[in-house]
Amino acid sequence: MSAGVSPIPTPPPVAHHPATTVIQPTHGIGRLRLAEIWHYRDLLMLLTMRDVRVRYKQAALGIGWAVLQPVAMAGVLYLFFGVLMGLDEKVAPVPYLVFVLAGVLPWTMFESAVTAASGSVVANAAIVRKVYFPRLIVPLSAAGAPLVDYAIGLGVLLVAMLILGAAWSWQLVLLPLMILSVLTAVLGIGVLLAALTVSYRDFRHLVPFMLRLLFFMTPVIYPVTLLPDALRWLIALNPVGGTISAFRAAVLGTPIDYTAWGVSTLTGLVALALGVTWFQRAERRFADVV
Amino acid sequence: MHDVAIQVEGLTKRYRLGQGSATHHTIGERVYDLVGTGWRRLRGQQAAAPKRQMFQALDGVDFAVNRGQVLGVIGRNGAGKSTLLKILARITEPSAGRATIHGRVGSLLEVGTGFHPELTGRENTFLNGAILGMRRREIAAKFDEIVAFAELDRFIDTPVKRYSSGMYVRLAFAVAAHLEPEVLLIDEVLAVGDAGFQKKCLGKMQGIAEGGRTVLFVSHDMGAVTTLCDRVLLMEGGKAVDLTAPQTAVEQYLRLVADWREDPAGVFDGPLRGTVAFNKLTVNGTGADQPRIIRPYEPITLEAAGVAASSVPRYRTTFSVYRDNVRILSKHDAAEPTDLPAGGFISRVTLPPYLLRPGDYRVALGGYRDGMKDYLYATDLIGFTVTEQWSAQYDPIDVGLVNVPGHGSRDTLPPPEARAA
Repeated sequence: MSAGVSPIPTPPPVAHHPATTVIQPTHGIGRLRLAEIWHYRDLLMLLTMRDVRVRYKQAALGIGWAVLQPVAMAGVLYLFFGVLMGLDEKVAPVPYLVFVLAGVLPWTMFESAVTAASGSVVANAAIVRKVYFPRLIVPLSAAGAPLVDYAIGLGVLLVAMLILGAAWSWQLVLLPLMILSVLTAVLGIGVLLAALTVSYRDFRHLVPFMLRLLFFMTPVIYPVTLLPDALRWLIALNPVGGTISAFRAAVLGTPIDYTAWGVSTLTGLVALALGVTWFQRAERRFADVV
Repeated sequence: MHDVAIQVEGLTKRYRLGQGSATHHTIGERVYDLVGTGWRRLRGQQAAAPKRQMFQALDGVDFAVNRGQVLGVIGRNGAGKSTLLKILARITEPSAGRATIHGRVGSLLEVGTGFHPELTGRENTFLNGAILGMRRREIAAKFDEIVAFAELDRFIDTPVKRYSSGMYVRLAFAVAAHLEPEVLLIDEVLAVGDAGFQKKCLGKMQGIAEGGRTVLFVSHDMGAVTTLCDRVLLMEGGKAVDLTAPQTAVEQYLRLVADWREDPAGVFDGPLRGTVAFNKLTVNGTGADQPRIIRPYEPITLEAAGVAASSVPRYRTTFSVYRDNVRILSKHDAAEPTDLPAGGFISRVTLPPYLLRPGDYRVALGGYRDGMKDYLYATDLIGFTVTEQWSAQYDPIDVGLVNVPGHGSRDTLPPPEARAA
């Protein structure tokens, strides 16, 4: 008997994955299977890459749009609010253009990511109906694509700071934390809206409207100091209000309102918990409803 | 190691019909419902619980599949095959019961799921692979093999929107064929692609089963089911009717789909309907209640019995054979139309053996007066299946819809110098 020599050609090895899947009705809210999402991280990345690639394919300016949009937006806002309505003086000594750019950037990231995430499950209905994977991947990847724009936007801000002059304060090191804070809000609200949009298509009309309202309730184009004290708590409760103020303060080197930032972050975390819970409850019916 | 790869116990799936939260598409409807209920309650009326009609798509299905087995699932439309597959693939949840699957599951309910037209073949390969559950590095390792299988090397960096539909399907199937799960769930995907490529895919699938993997295969293609499967599950009305040998299951299935309707007058269309009526159509003598399985070596005789209320001048009966909604052939019962006297008649045509390739066929029947002036016609009256091996030995070139027995000839020409001489 010669060991190891087999007359029968061995079949190609089956990728070993000694998993046993048990399929049965789930009750209650179900568990958050983070390990499974991690297992599907390649899909998350590839779906995000798909959205990024598709967005700028056959567009002459390509990724240039990511630069042009915030710049043009800031330019228009500067003209109207800075010059024509005199906000320029209210924010002095900071140039209003830098002021508004530092607000528009995180806001645009929030807005476009929430918009993309909220419609994502419906937009990917063809996949959701045909293949199983952790459904959270869909809104996560949809929210991920605008982040690429955001990275470019940050570059624009840096250039603006260099050209227009900025206070290079130590607070800049807090920026990653603030971005994380915005991301929490994006995911919480985006995931919640994604699940709601599947059941109620009203949200397709409601989301842009709500975002526009939120835009005015967020100190993007005006400084918080413009508001009476009684209203400031409202800004903080807004899941991005305090954070965007803090973001701008970090860029401009003015004092950060840590309380407002903290409260906003907390609101974002609550939204995240709520969003994921709701999503998990709703996702079982996605394939039947979407 | 488990001997059982898939164990299904009492699997049930109910859908709500009519009222019910699943059908609220706007908040308005939802609010309207809630307010309505509240209002009735306020007025002291019994808040009538909205009657929820339930549709039982799957009704307590039990079965088991052993490792390395290919299980075919057949049944009529609406029998619950797709629902079963969707539950096993975890796309939707069961309402009750449980299923246990041992091993990594791969499902293929559609080829090319998630293909994006703007992306290149290469980008789509990675994306589609990941959607099917492959890891990126796994796809990268098999990439060249996939491209070769799809026969697309020159076009792999072209956006798939420029692909022909054949190229698209080939790439999509190539990705899927390289998925290497231990349990593979497949839905009807063989219906795509040209015959040569289908064969390649079938071969690949058989290879999968021989490699010790388990396949669950939903299909309407009785030929493929008979050839590929070890066991066949027959479903009807959301229930598992039988789990048996392929040939037996296919025969049972054909008995189920035998749908020569009770009122043939109802299915016929055309001005001649009031004059001529058909009341029987058989294939090789078997009618609605019998399986109609035909071996390739048997001639096929289609026979229709009818009644003429009054005499019909220059009459002819025509039989047509369809496959996948394509008319393969039409044949008259007489070379020239002749007068049909009032009373009963029987028309028949016979097709030679080895003409129709294995597959499912449907028969249409028509009667024509005065050439084609008046007619009655009905399609899809009765079906039959030409079966036998996927590649019959009589049939060396096994592509296309019909088979012409025998072969051509070749003459060898004398060499040029011989001619010149």
